[in-house]
Amino acid sequence: MARIIVVTSGKGGVGKTTSSAAIGIGLALKGHKVVLIDFDIGLRNLDLIMGCERRVVYDFVNVIKGEATLNQALIKDKRVSTLSILPASQTRDKDALDKESVGKVLTELGETYDYIICDSPAGIEAGAMMALYYADEAIVTTNPEVSSVRDSDRILGMLASRSRRAELNLEPIKEHLLLTRYSPKRVTEGEMLSVEDVEDILSIPLLGVIPESQAVLKASNAGEPVILDKESDAGQAYQDVVNRLLGDSVDFRFLVAEKKGIFSRMFGG
Amino acid sequence: MALLDYFLHKKDKPVTTASKAKERLQIIVAHERNNRKVQPDYLPDLTKDILAVLRKYIQVSDESLSINLDNKGGELNVLELNIELHDEQHPQT
Repeated sequence: MARIIVVTSGKGGVGKTTSSAAIGIGLALKGHKVVLIDFDIGLRNLDLIMGCERRVVYDFVNVIKGEATLNQALIKDKRVSTLSILPASQTRDKDALDKESVGKVLTELGETYDYIICDSPAGIEAGAMMALYYADEAIVTTNPEVSSVRDSDRILGMLASRSRRAELNLEPIKEHLLLTRYSPKRVTEGEMLSVEDVEDILSIPLLGVIPESQAVLKASNAGEPVILDKESDAGQAYQDVVNRLLGDSVDFRFLVAEKKGIFSRMFGG
Repeated sequence: MALLDYFLHKKDKPVTTASKAKERLQIIVAHERNNRKVQPDYLPDLTKDILAVLRKYIQVSDESLSINLDNKGGELNVLELNIELHDEQHPQT
């Protein structure tokens, strides 16, 4: 049975696609068969973050409508052979996805893949609901910032009430908190919610903390998911996330600011 | 000068913006969680019907009626009806 994981958040721009790409490629590098699905119909971007935007021929909606087979639409990653991407369409047809057809596609993918990662669109509209409907697990991507935390809580409500597991009274979706764009320095200065603050408010288990990092923009510029940048703090933090998803217990890193030297403390800067 | 700041500000620890953020979030999140407690499908219709019955006898606004189903643990469910009446709407005879 494939594990269906939705990467969701409510709020836009918190790092869902960056996280989906990094986690997807990280799991595949560990030898698992992984498919990444872009659920953001009309605004596809996962292809760009993965660096395969020029290889998109058919998309998710083509498959749903029967205009292409899954194999025609799936893009094999050039770096990791066990990873595929199913891109979203660029048409604005919001109702293109219906539960039944999406369910069929997921079942078919589940025959081949170990992990199905659903990159959710922002918001709480049909697209986001579709991305989370079939999920077994949810990675709730949150920035340490008021609107993001509130929206994440809304999404937790949706996971508990609007998913297939909720409707069928099955075991609830396993929720994970992924805190992104974390700046230990600002936390120390009392300008940013800390990991503990966000955990207190949302009360779901912490999967990872990704530090605010210049490596993330560089990675998306290049179409190389940041986890491939093994020197970078964000890349290493995502690697920890992948290991935790696979059941390892890994200490949390990048939670404290680098200490300033005595001179810069005395003279500012 | 950083050195001077260091000594001047060490003692009084002002309320940080982060702690304000946490406090505000805890309140709003608790409030919103309360509002999304799963309520049975029939509650909206029941509310409408009760309002219609009430209006046969008294004037009430939509907001003056609230209905809540509370699970008091185990088998005990309490359906709570709250009707707010204003004096001018039911003058004493």
